Amino acid sequence: MKQLTEIRWHGRGGQGAKTASLLLADVAFNTGMQVQGFPEYGPERMGAPITAYNRIGTGKIRVHSNIYQPDYVVVVDETLLDTVDVASGLSKKGAIVINSPKSGEELRPKLHGYTGKVYTIDARKISMETLGRYFPNSPMLAAIVKVSGIMEQDEFMDEMKASYKHKFAHKPQVISGNMKALEMAFQEVK
Amino acid sequence: MAKKDRLSGNEAVAVAMRQVNPDVMPAFPITPSTELPQYFSSYVANGQVDTEFIPVESEHSAMGACIGSEAAGARTITATSSAGFAFMWELLYVAASNRLPIVLALVNRALSGPININCDHSDGMGARDSGWIQLYAEDNQEAYDNYIQAFRIGEHEDVQLPVMVCQDGFITSHGVQNIELLEDKEVKKFVGQYKPERALLNPGTSFAVGPYSVSDHYFEAKRAQAEALKHSKKVIKDVAVEYKKLSGRGFTWFEEYKMKDAEYCMIIMGSAAGTGKDAVDALREKGVKAGLIKIRMFRPFPGKEIANAVSKCKVIACMDRTESYNLQSGPIGADVKTALYNEGAKVKVLNYVYGLGGRDVTVKSLSSVFKDMEKVQKNNKLGNPYRYLSVRG
Amino acid sequence: MAKMKKDNIALHTLDEKWEDMTPGCTITGNGTSKLFRTGDWRVAKPVFIADKCKQCLLCAPVCPDSSIPVKNGKRLDFDYEHCKGCGICAVNCPFGAIEMKEGE
Repeated sequence: MKQLTEIRWHGRGGQGAKTASLLLADVAFNTGMQVQGFPEYGPERMGAPITAYNRIGTGKIRVHSNIYQPDYVVVVDETLLDTVDVASGLSKKGAIVINSPKSGEELRPKLHGYTGKVYTIDARKISMETLGRYFPNSPMLAAIVKVSGIMEQDEFMDEMKASYKHKFAHKPQVISGNMKALEMAFQEVK
Repeated sequence: MAKKDRLSGNEAVAVAMRQVNPDVMPAFPITPSTELPQYFSSYVANGQVDTEFIPVESEHSAMGACIGSEAAGARTITATSSAGFAFMWELLYVAASNRLPIVLALVNRALSGPININCDHSDGMGARDSGWIQLYAEDNQEAYDNYIQAFRIGEHEDVQLPVMVCQDGFITSHGVQNIELLEDKEVKKFVGQYKPERALLNPGTSFAVGPYSVSDHYFEAKRAQAEALKHSKKVIKDVAVEYKKLSGRGFTWFEEYKMKDAEYCMIIMGSAAGTGKDAVDALREKGVKAGLIKIRMFRPFPGKEIANAVSKCKVIACMDRTESYNLQSGPIGADVKTALYNEGAKVKVLNYVYGLGGRDVTVKSLSSVFKDMEKVQKNNKLGNPYRYLSVRG
Repeated sequence: MAKMKKDNIALHTLDEKWEDMTPGCTITGNGTSKLFRTGDWRVAKPVFIADKCKQCLLCAPVCPDSSIPVKNGKRLDFDYEHCKGCGICAVNCPFGAIEMKEGE
């Protein structure tokens, strides 16, 4: 694994991109890594484009700036592609993961000339099938873990199960749906 | 045994507050420090602390309640930011001059206007003459460590002064990062019980706090107050040394990073110091003798020591995350230059205003400051000594 | 460093050095205002005429400086160490038993 992996999340206020970045930091921390998880600093407004960031690595992380040249980008809302240059600064050796039923090649024209790998995942479909409601977080999280390879799938699934058990202690019935969503995402991201 | 965790800066300070278990916390929420009274009031509600939480109607009242409570003999804390902090202004002076060791968690945020909720140091810097001790943190870990030490510093009999524990709004307060926490009992033992020699609620020792003083005593009172701040330097050092024995972490007044043979030094404070260290490392790989000094203790100011630390540098750059409108220097620049002059050091000094209102500070932007320093040395010409970093124009 | 004074009462005197000040300029001890001789401020002096006094005690409670001592239900002569000579007692006396004398 690289000494430091930088990930940028694009979403809309209220969709949970910030929460997803904090969850990823949590999981990575639990597997013994050095982490940073932070939102774009400022007021969050429902529906407005927001950015969140992760740094995940093996050494102490000292830098406290936003991420301008990420290794990976996650786009939680496909409609952002029309207004935000989500691939800005993105490493060609890295990849972008977009929540969309379309294929990567169909979306590439909206990526301002980005030539690296483009992955898509239909998080809406997965979420509706497994949870009955639209929570894109869990599928997107699994997708970026798979694409970036920052940790093994088994390790990730174990940590997520523990995390959900803690988070949903008061409604354990939703745990299996979330776990299923993660599994499906691992299989379906392409 | 240390416990590894990942917490935001606000979470970290809230944990420290819980571990200290103070007697009283009057507070009024304001972004980005809102989470502090929020987390703490749930500790109170859950019975994890036996603190009296006072939900006051304003920050002015918060500091007023702090003053009354601390004078009564209760260990007292509060938290605030920016405009809320400004609303405490008058009472900050009252707290310091009455020598009340209140601990205030300041989550630094710009003061308007235009209205802005992001980080700069204009709130804390504005209160630099209020007589409070000010400690600044680079990350969540330092915010936590400084917070625990603050009680031992402020309450020391040679000091008896309030302490501000500052961290950068959103950048560290809302950024989640790895951290090592002490055990609750270790913190309790380190901080100890608060037993002021005189307190309003101590039976048998009656005294009056907050006297009116005409011209024949005011000046002597202020001079004595300055002496207490002078004494705090040694106490801050002693407490830091003891804390390091316990935790393995920390430094006293400022941190010297790769300064041994440094020709170019950046003097900086807060979260940007970490970013600056990455810039120093990158420059060192290219053979530039770059170094960095991170100020932890801004009040009292370790002027003489900093002047000595940079005396062999060719050019230094003082980084101010605030504007002081004197058109020649920011607060750090002014203090460092005064110290250099007093020590007779001949070092070229650039002063930058940076990061206002949350303007992002990057390895690239801080590297450009080192490039400027090299240019000054190469051309043997200072040029404009007071510059703005990353402003469009 | 100015340590807190250990004696029961710490008053701030006019020749006090900054090193000797109590932290925060606090004043320790009970009843310290007794030691402050406000009688020195007086420009008009109330004089108690015992023959006219009916011991109605209307004067004692109106004195802002507690300078009319009362013992066993009877007022005594003025406490001139603290009386500022404001004259409120003289105005309130129904029997003319208090006279204000200028310049004394």
